[in-house]
Amino acid sequence: MDRWRTLDLTEEFVELVRRAATVLPADMRTAIAEAKGQEEPGSAAEGALETILLNVKMAEEHSTPICQDTGTPIFEIKYPYGVSTKALSEQIRKAVAIATQRAYLRPNAVDSVTGQNSGDNTGEDFPTLHFQEWDQDHLHVDLILKGGGCENVSTQYKLPDAKLGAGRDLEGVRRVVLDAVFQAQGKGCAPGVLGVAIGGDRGASYIKAKQQLLRPLDDTNPDPQLAALEQRILEEGNQLGIGPMGFGGKTTLLGVKIGALHRLPASYFVSVAYMCWANRRASMDVTLRDDNVEVNYA
Amino acid sequence: MHRLTTPISDEEIRGLRVGDTVYLNGLIMTGRDAAHKFMIEHFIKGTPSEEELPLYNELKKLLDGGVIYHCGPVVKKHEDGTWSFVAAGPTTSIREEVYQADVIRHFNLKGVIGKGGMGPRTLQACREQPAVYFHAIGGAASLIAQAVKEVVTVYKMEFGVPEAMWVIRVEDFPVVVTMDSHGNSIHQQVEEASRARLEALLEAD
Ligand code: SF4
Repeated sequence: MDRWRTLDLTEEFVELVRRAATVLPADMRTAIAEAKGQEEPGSAAEGALETILLNVKMAEEHSTPICQDTGTPIFEIKYPYGVSTKALSEQIRKAVAIATQRAYLRPNAVDSVTGQNSGDNTGEDFPTLHFQEWDQDHLHVDLILKGGGCENVSTQYKLPDAKLGAGRDLEGVRRVVLDAVFQAQGKGCAPGVLGVAIGGDRGASYIKAKQQLLRPLDDTNPDPQLAALEQRILEEGNQLGIGPMGFGGKTTLLGVKIGALHRLPASYFVSVAYMCWANRRASMDVTLRDDNVEVNYA
Repeated sequence: MHRLTTPISDEEIRGLRVGDTVYLNGLIMTGRDAAHKFMIEHFIKGTPSEEELPLYNELKKLLDGGVIYHCGPVVKKHEDGTWSFVAAGPTTSIREEVYQADVIRHFNLKGVIGKGGMGPRTLQACREQPAVYFHAIGGAASLIAQAVKEVVTVYKMEFGVPEAMWVIRVEDFPVVVTMDSHGNSIHQQVEEASRARLEALLEAD
C-alpha cells in the first residue's frame, strides 16, 4: 500500500496523453474505413473520409496531433485502496504541462475572466479529473480528448418537449437525440459518436453522457432496451443524410452509446455529448508486482 | 476530380459544381478575422496610405484569380529564418460573412477555403464574380500541413501568428466545393433535405 503512495507516474501519464493525441483508436479507424466503403465512389463524402484516414495515418507516423484542437483532456481514474488521489492529480497536471511543451497538446486552457491562456493546459478544473475507488488491486486510467467544435454542438433537453412531441420515455429520448443530430449538421466535424445520458441532474447528466464515449464502438449495452435504442438512433441518424462534414452522404454517425441515471420525479434530462470523428481516447493499467511496476497502454 | 492552380480563370470556376472534389495548387494566402477587417478598412472602404501601398499592390497581384484560406496555422520557425506549417486545419468561416463578399469583389478572388460554409451574401458574390467556396476537411491538420510545400512570405505579423496573412505554396490541397458560382450551396441543400427526413422519422412513431 505504501508503494502506491511513493509511485511517480508522471512520465507514464505523458505517454498516455501522447497516445491519445496522436493515435486514433483502432475501432474508430475501422469504422471510418468501413463507412468509406459504403459511400458513393467519387462522392465528396467518400473523399472526406479518405482524407481523414490519411490524416490519421500521418499523425501516427509523425507522432503529431490528429487534430490541431487537442480539446479538453478528461481523465477517468479508477484506483485501488491505498492510492493518494492528491498525488495522482499533481502528477497528471504536471504530465499535461509536459505534453504541451512537447507539442502533443495545443495550449488550450483560457482563463474565463481575464482571457489569458495559461500556456500549459492547466487551470481551474483543467484538465478534468474524475476519481473513483474500486475493488480491484490495479489502477485504471481512461483519457478522452474532447474537441471544442463538437462540444459546441453538444446539447441538453428537458422532457417533455412539446415542439418535438417528446414525452418522458424512451420514444421521447429518440426524438430529442435525432433533433440534436439534425441541429449539429456537419458542424461538429461529422461523422460523430454520440454519448447520451438519460436522467440525473443537469451536471451529472452531462458527465454521464461523456463517459459513454469511453465505450468501444462494438460493445452492446447490457440493458436490452437501451441497446435497441442505440441501434435505432444510429440507423435513423444516418438516414438524415447529413454525411461527413455535412457534405451529404450515408455516414453521419459512427456510434450511439446511452447510459441512464436515477432522476428526481420532477425532472427528465437528456444530454447529448457529440464527439467528432477525432474521437481520441486512450487507457492505461498500472499493476504492482513484487518489485516491478507493470504499465499497459490500450 | 479537378486539379486547379492559382491564378484560377472564370471558366474554371464556372465549371465547378457543388460536391466536386478539387486539388488546389499554387500560391494562396491565409486570412481570418483581423486580415479581413484590415483589408476592408484600409483598402476597400479606405484608400491605402503611402506606406501601405506596396502591400496593397502585392495583394492585388496575389489575390487576382487567387484564393484566401480561413486558417490559423501552427507554424515553426527554423534557424535559418524560414518557416514551415505544422498544423493547418480550417477554421469556421461564418465569422467572415460580413466581410467576404466585398473582399471577393474588390480583389477578384476566385475562391475561399474554410469550414462550415458561409451565408447568402457570400453566395451572391460567388455567383456574380464568379467564385466558389471550398470546404476543407475539419480536423485534418497534419495532412493539410503536408500539402503546404513552402511558406513564401508573411504579412501583418503584428496580428499574431494565427491571424497573420501567410502566403503559402500548396500542392494538391484537397477540398470540396460546397458553394458554387451557380447559386447552389450544399449546406442549404443538406439542411433542407435532413429536415424533411427528420420530420418523417418523428412522424413514424
Ligand atoms: S470538432 Fe474535432 S475534428 Fe473538428 S476541429 Fe474540433 S477537435 Fe478537430
